[in-house]
Amino acid sequence: MTQRIGVYVCHCGSNINGMVDCENTARWAGERLKDRGVVVARDYKFMCSSPGQEMIQKDIKELGLTRVVVAACSPHLHEQTFRNACARAGLNGYLCELVSIREQVSWVHTDPLAATQKAMALIAGAVERVQYHEPLEPLRVPIHPATLIVGGGVAGIQAALEIADSGTPVYLVEREPSIGGHMAQFDKTFPTLDCSACILTPKMVSVGNHPNITLLSYSEVTNVDGYVGNFTVTVKKKARYLNTDLCNGCGVCQDKCPKKVVDQVFEAGLGYRKAVYKPFPQAVPKYPVIDRENCTYFQKGTCKACEKFCPTGAIDFKQRDETITLQVGNIILATGYDLFDPRRIPQYGYGRLANVFTSLEFERLTNAAGPTGGQVVLRDGVTVPKTVGIIHCVGSRDKRYNNYCSNICCMQSLKFAHLVKEKTGATVYNFYMDIRTAFKDYDEFYQRVLEEGTLFVRGRVAEVTDAARLPGEEGKLIIQAEDTLVGKQRRIPVDMVILSVALEPRRDAKQVAQTFGISCSMNGWFIEKHPKLDPVATMTEGIYIAGCAQGPKDIPAAVAQGAAAAARVIGKIQQREIALEPVRAEIDKEKCSGCRICNNLCPFHAITFIEKQNGSRAYSEVNPALCQGCGTCVAACPAGAIRGTVFSNQQVMAQLTGLLIANGVPITELETIPV
Amino acid sequence: MKYLIYPGCSLEKGAAGYPYWQSTLAAAQALDIELVEVDDWNCCGATEYIALNRMAAYALIARSLALASKMNGYREMIAPCSACYLNLSKADKYLSEDAPLAAKVNTALAEGGLSYQPGTIKTRHLLDVLVNDVGYAAIAQRVTKPLNGLRIAPYYGCLIGRPAFYGQIDDPEYPTALDKLLKTLGAEVVDYPMKAHCCGGHMTQISESVAFDLIHQLVKGAADYNADLIATVCPMCQLNLDGFQGAMNRYYKTNYQMPVLYFTQMMGLAFGLDAATLGIGAEVVDARPALSRIGVQVPPPAEEPPARKPHKSKEALPMPVMPEEK
Amino acid sequence: MHAIAPNAPPTTFLDQVVAATPGEPHLAMCIQCGTCGGSCPSGSDMEHTPREIFAMVRAGMKEAVLRSNTPWFCVSCYYCMVRCPQQVHVTDLMYTLKRLSVKTQLFDESIAPDFSKTFVSTVESYGRAFELGLMSRHMLKHNPFGVFKIADMGISMVTKGRLSFTPKRIKGIDGLKAILAKAKELEAQDDVRILGGNA
Repeated sequence: MTQRIGVYVCHCGSNINGMVDCENTARWAGERLKDRGVVVARDYKFMCSSPGQEMIQKDIKELGLTRVVVAACSPHLHEQTFRNACARAGLNGYLCELVSIREQVSWVHTDPLAATQKAMALIAGAVERVQYHEPLEPLRVPIHPATLIVGGGVAGIQAALEIADSGTPVYLVEREPSIGGHMAQFDKTFPTLDCSACILTPKMVSVGNHPNITLLSYSEVTNVDGYVGNFTVTVKKKARYLNTDLCNGCGVCQDKCPKKVVDQVFEAGLGYRKAVYKPFPQAVPKYPVIDRENCTYFQKGTCKACEKFCPTGAIDFKQRDETITLQVGNIILATGYDLFDPRRIPQYGYGRLANVFTSLEFERLTNAAGPTGGQVVLRDGVTVPKTVGIIHCVGSRDKRYNNYCSNICCMQSLKFAHLVKEKTGATVYNFYMDIRTAFKDYDEFYQRVLEEGTLFVRGRVAEVTDAARLPGEEGKLIIQAEDTLVGKQRRIPVDMVILSVALEPRRDAKQVAQTFGISCSMNGWFIEKHPKLDPVATMTEGIYIAGCAQGPKDIPAAVAQGAAAAARVIGKIQQREIALEPVRAEIDKEKCSGCRICNNLCPFHAITFIEKQNGSRAYSEVNPALCQGCGTCVAACPAGAIRGTVFSNQQVMAQLTGLLIANGVPITELETIPV
Repeated sequence: MKYLIYPGCSLEKGAAGYPYWQSTLAAAQALDIELVEVDDWNCCGATEYIALNRMAAYALIARSLALASKMNGYREMIAPCSACYLNLSKADKYLSEDAPLAAKVNTALAEGGLSYQPGTIKTRHLLDVLVNDVGYAAIAQRVTKPLNGLRIAPYYGCLIGRPAFYGQIDDPEYPTALDKLLKTLGAEVVDYPMKAHCCGGHMTQISESVAFDLIHQLVKGAADYNADLIATVCPMCQLNLDGFQGAMNRYYKTNYQMPVLYFTQMMGLAFGLDAATLGIGAEVVDARPALSRIGVQVPPPAEEPPARKPHKSKEALPMPVMPEEK
Repeated sequence: MHAIAPNAPPTTFLDQVVAATPGEPHLAMCIQCGTCGGSCPSGSDMEHTPREIFAMVRAGMKEAVLRSNTPWFCVSCYYCMVRCPQQVHVTDLMYTLKRLSVKTQLFDESIAPDFSKTFVSTVESYGRAFELGLMSRHMLKHNPFGVFKIADMGISMVTKGRLSFTPKRIKGIDGLKAILAKAKELEAQDDVRILGGNA
């Protein structure tokens, strides 16, 4: 035993010490592991504090430690702290090993004695393992200055502008023909009642004109390779059937197109568009697209009215989808949300009863640029409702659909109540379970709506029916609910019902998460690195999230996250290069038989095959900049020629040996285990 | 096809739901389905037994399940009555989930020389078997006299679809299996908003106001949609809507005449079977005007009831005197 | 999840109600939203809506709960149960409350429990239900005038062969009686554990 090892056991206040006897654990390590190289073992209240770190530095210098074991929290949190402390005392940081006795011991166990024994065993494993550590240097790779942003809603727009303004290039990829997202569909925004389009379109125009932003609308990311600083992204640009170099956005094609279809996207199914269309007048970019499924020419072979009338000859029926490849250093995902389909709750009648509307339908109905020019009318297009019921929590806070609170529905419903009152003078009922108006000026808005005379019924609605039963119900929609504050069932006849439907993850969120290598919750919301302290980063370096893709939120929060993600990216770009963990695979050229099994298994395409040259055998080689140290090749190599740094066979077997020693297996027996 | 069947008390000869039994047998025969009755089955307890005795209610149901499990290898059993279907399947579910309850129930069953292994017998509603095992296509093939021109309100009631977690056979709020079946028979199907609402169950015996309110809603709902008749899948629903419709009319001062027939009777008619064989004519609200629209001849109503009181059995209680008789 | 250790006697009324209900009724998860009360076909005739009854159970208002007509007005339609956003087994809990109110004799002198008792005694004597005897016995006892209103329906059903006068008796009636007697004995033991002195 040539190494001189220091063991440090952290109490983490009572987080660890409340379950693990830290003092005894340290004493045990000092005594029982002395012959395994431990020269000092200490416990301390907060090892991550400055005095804690200084204690380690002092021991390294004074006792000549050559290896350090710190038993504390998960390496995710403080591995870097202790590596740096070692480095400050002149010891290579990779000669320090962390043992998680908080996340893997004290927080998950209930028996103090067993927990303490487990902590001891884990420390013994680390002591054996750390002997085989070797000094390493992190890999430094340059960061590509360009950034990819996926999703052109308000969160993506904000992030794009922040980064572009800082002077580095941005690619903004948007699936729809125009950027703008859901915010472009809204009429007013709560609580200030600003016109949504009026505050969004200036930002959209800036994106369209910004010299540092390349806008890839009507496009989707199909593949992502590489790692932080050096991503290679494949983007499919769907054919618009129109040459954007020639198109001046005049809109003649749209006027002349004879085919009218229901617009399920921008108008939420409440209005029409043509087969060649731009979704709304302020669309960015200004170019229309031809919807192949509905275009008469594509379906029947004749028409071409758009081509005939286009003054610049921009229509191009022969255009094809195009695939382009981008190099970027960082990625922000701002892919937004979808809405709950209320047909899943048949008792609310959506789809069967004409005058039941979704929240997004109502946004279009009340929008001055919408299908009725902003008139709030029933689905017959003319009748102004005299009574309107707004139902909260449709598909939210319900174990059968979505457990979570959708965050924006209360304020949205209050806004609807205000708009209905303002435009029609109708009697408005809000059916709610709790009113959640927790942010700046929100509760004041609630007060305003109360003052305007909107009525509130506390109770989740049981059903909406057109089956009249009592006088006054004929021809109406009847909302049946318990008024829980009275303790009585009520039937309230109304002309119009608005369902405040839940925000849900995008239907393809799980697939997107897989493409970008990040994780998402059971529901499909993207998961942030830390819910409080790292809310826009993900567990995958170089990939950030913003807006509703991370969870339901309102516009101010989505904008703040877009800006926050941008700040993180700008910070990374300014570092110019990034230090990568030297956890890598290495192939022993002499042992490699050249079988190439590893070549195709590597998920990062990091292994290249070197053909036989005069004199030398063929062999495979690892590109350390691409290798992520996953270990797939190490396990697969039939010749045992591949070694993973930090996870070598020797290190792993030694760690197991330590665990067995702590469990009382005699060392003489262990020595027969091949390492 | 061969199935085990648990008729339930309401379908017995002489009971209110006997026409359901007659038409079930006739429709099954037309579709080449053999029905084997569970030997010596007993009452499922309806919604009453569980209100007084939990353990005895489960033991009562378990006895029928135990007898069914002794019937030569059957794993499935048809219950045409929605309440029987619910009770039998629900008891099997809770016995499967709750081992101490199952052990006690078996201790009780042992007193009668029986035992039941939870999960052995899966109870299915007749409608489920007809549309999912036989299938719409096979039923369509058998149709010889389509019910063209007849507007039918499909009425499911509660227990066939709720609570759905005992094994969902249709949407608990807006079921469609019966709609599709009736369309297969050639009928015009009304989008009946009350299709899964409650008929009131035993409330006719407990609260007039609640019972008549529910019956009124259902009958009015069908009439508002210009239905010629209501088709039902449960003898309790049929009894409440048909038998108590007159009393409801008096309570609300209305005059609805909405016939209520079993879906199996509609199947039989579409299969060209004789109305009498299907038990048609036993309903209280006259179905003849509606059925004559599709050319179905219904036997003339029975003679006026004899003036004298029916012969009393030893335990029978006196019949009430009708006020009109005075 | 409101779990109590098996076989430990429940201490609160809430725990008693949960322990006396088969399966896990999720009563502690109720968020008082009123979906049950809004959906209930007889909700407008109940003294307390199901939601309110659950609040009272949680407040330990045992006597007021068991005196209430609420559980007896449950029609077993299960709308509340399939619509409950918290998956509370409302209908099953109503059965439990009926049973407890009979056991504690807090709501005994009324129509509804008596209907259940009449029904049960028929089943216990014959193994099958006996519609006419049941209806007439029950109605004559509780609704001597109301019964006339629907007498015509009774007559019509009789003439159409839909109301039999003689109940069918199953072959194994003795075995059934023995089974039910044993089950009641076992239930009484359970009740002593769950309800303590109140059983």
